[in-house]
Amino acid sequence: MIPTHYYLFLGAALFTIGVVGVLTRRNIIVILMSIELILNAVNINLVAFSRYFQAVDGQVFAIFVITDAAAEAAVGLGLIIALFRNKETVNADEIDLLKW
Amino acid sequence: MITVQADDLVRILPQAILAGFAILVMVFEPFLPAARKTLLGWFSLFGVVAAGAATIRTSFSPGLAFGNSISADRFSLFFICLFLLVAALTLLGSFHSLERENINHGEFYALLLMATVGMCFMAASTELIMIFLGLEISSLATYVLAGFKRQDALSNEASLKYFLLGSFATAFFLYGIAVVYGLTGTTNLLVLSAQLGRSGEFRPGAVFAWVALLLMFVGLAFKVSTVPFHVWTPDVYQGAPAPVTAFLSVGPKAAAFAVLLRIFLGAFASAGSGVFWVFWASAILTMCLGNLAALLQSNVKRLLAYSAIAHAGYVLVGIAAGRGEGTAPVLFYLTVYALMNVGAFLLVAHLAGTGERWTRIEDFTGLGYQRPAVAACLAAFMLSLAGFPTTAGFFAKFYIFRAAVHSGLIGLTIVAVLTSVVSVYYYFRLIVVMYMREGKAEAASASLPWALRVALAISVVGIFYLGLYPTDFLLLTNLAAVPLP
Repeated sequence: MIPTHYYLFLGAALFTIGVVGVLTRRNIIVILMSIELILNAVNINLVAFSRYFQAVDGQVFAIFVITDAAAEAAVGLGLIIALFRNKETVNADEIDLLKW
Repeated sequence: MITVQADDLVRILPQAILAGFAILVMVFEPFLPAARKTLLGWFSLFGVVAAGAATIRTSFSPGLAFGNSISADRFSLFFICLFLLVAALTLLGSFHSLERENINHGEFYALLLMATVGMCFMAASTELIMIFLGLEISSLATYVLAGFKRQDALSNEASLKYFLLGSFATAFFLYGIAVVYGLTGTTNLLVLSAQLGRSGEFRPGAVFAWVALLLMFVGLAFKVSTVPFHVWTPDVYQGAPAPVTAFLSVGPKAAAFAVLLRIFLGAFASAGSGVFWVFWASAILTMCLGNLAALLQSNVKRLLAYSAIAHAGYVLVGIAAGRGEGTAPVLFYLTVYALMNVGAFLLVAHLAGTGERWTRIEDFTGLGYQRPAVAACLAAFMLSLAGFPTTAGFFAKFYIFRAAVHSGLIGLTIVAVLTSVVSVYYYFRLIVVMYMREGKAEAASASLPWALRVALAISVVGIFYLGLYPTDFLLLTNLAAVPLP
């Protein structure tokens, strides 16, 4: 049996990759993917803890998170398409109409 | 095993009614000709009023519902009423501007109602999973609302920024919840507060407890736009259609504050003074940066956005003082803030004209002579935002500062008072431009539609009523400030 903390390290690694991805990547779709990575890190943590506690609620929570990630991807891609129709770009650097 | 009982359903009646109306709006939408979509708006308003009536019914059977995950207590009912008020004002103020911008689609009303449902669930949940779901229901709806002017690149950009940063922040919040679950084996705030209350302090493996609390704080701090998680606010408030901004600047913010109160003053109240210093520091940063940056703005929507950031700072002062003084001043402040901010943004939405062309401060030059009543309304909102006596803004600030002094936060109070003095300058710039300069105001276009008049009348009367007779409402907020969670 694999010890629980292995899963936690995996989760933390995914979380870090996701955060770094959001902060450094310029393509909006890649940023969206990085956010999904963080959500999956959360899922791994939840399921690992759920098994550790021998309780099912962590897994239920993970299913909610997966559903939410799907909804978020749908809305996000919709917004990206709306932007692309007007500006023909998915590059975060070129979204610069609003500035102070 | 959770069995659903009649009482459970009564305790989520307002949310259920709102969600039902949102679905009905979407069902009716394709059958209405484009010119009659405002009917759906009135239908939604009826739904909001019905939900308001339902809160009265709910208040007669308070208690927990759905396996202790929803709490219909006075605190949550207060917030639900506040959200319904905000939704109603936004609806009344939005009909005309939506028609003008050619975006009067039924989806707007459905999304607005769903956002309100999410906010109501956030305020009423005592379970981190439910809070997360409420947060996402309201966030996903508001992301779309911010980009509702689909043909407009500014609106697209605003919604995309809001979406990317918003879901990034939600992911942090979620990771925080996962760590809390790992440390304690539960996500229920009631169980958490009982467990933590027994063990004295929340420090099972102190580092991870801190990680969990900070991650959750970051997620919510984004929603209430405190410095340094505020970068999205001016852009989104400027780019989104102004009626949506009116809603955004108040609704999700108040909901996130409700959750902050429940989590940090409720379940994790025993987490020690470290949390208090986090609030202390972000209050100071938020008040200073919000007010100073507002000085530099030339666009009214951006100016109000920075003012909204600054006001979040004052609420944080109230939360920092909340451990000793309770949450009543915060509830009072949020209500007053809702009235004046929604009013101001709705008025700006109207004055900005087609395509929201006239949103610079100079565009309001001489408005006081051409449209005295309109200018007087805007001036009243500005005075209240600045915190002048006889307006509600004064008492709202006063109660917060008094609570802060009573809990010994002298330094914080001094910063708060000084920054609100600074804020007078930029609020008065608008008043000076309207009344003391000659000119033809570009923004003095069409006459006010009567639905907007009703919304403005409610806000103005509310501001002066709470400014002159605050005692009754203060009693109400004291009633609503029950021990949390």
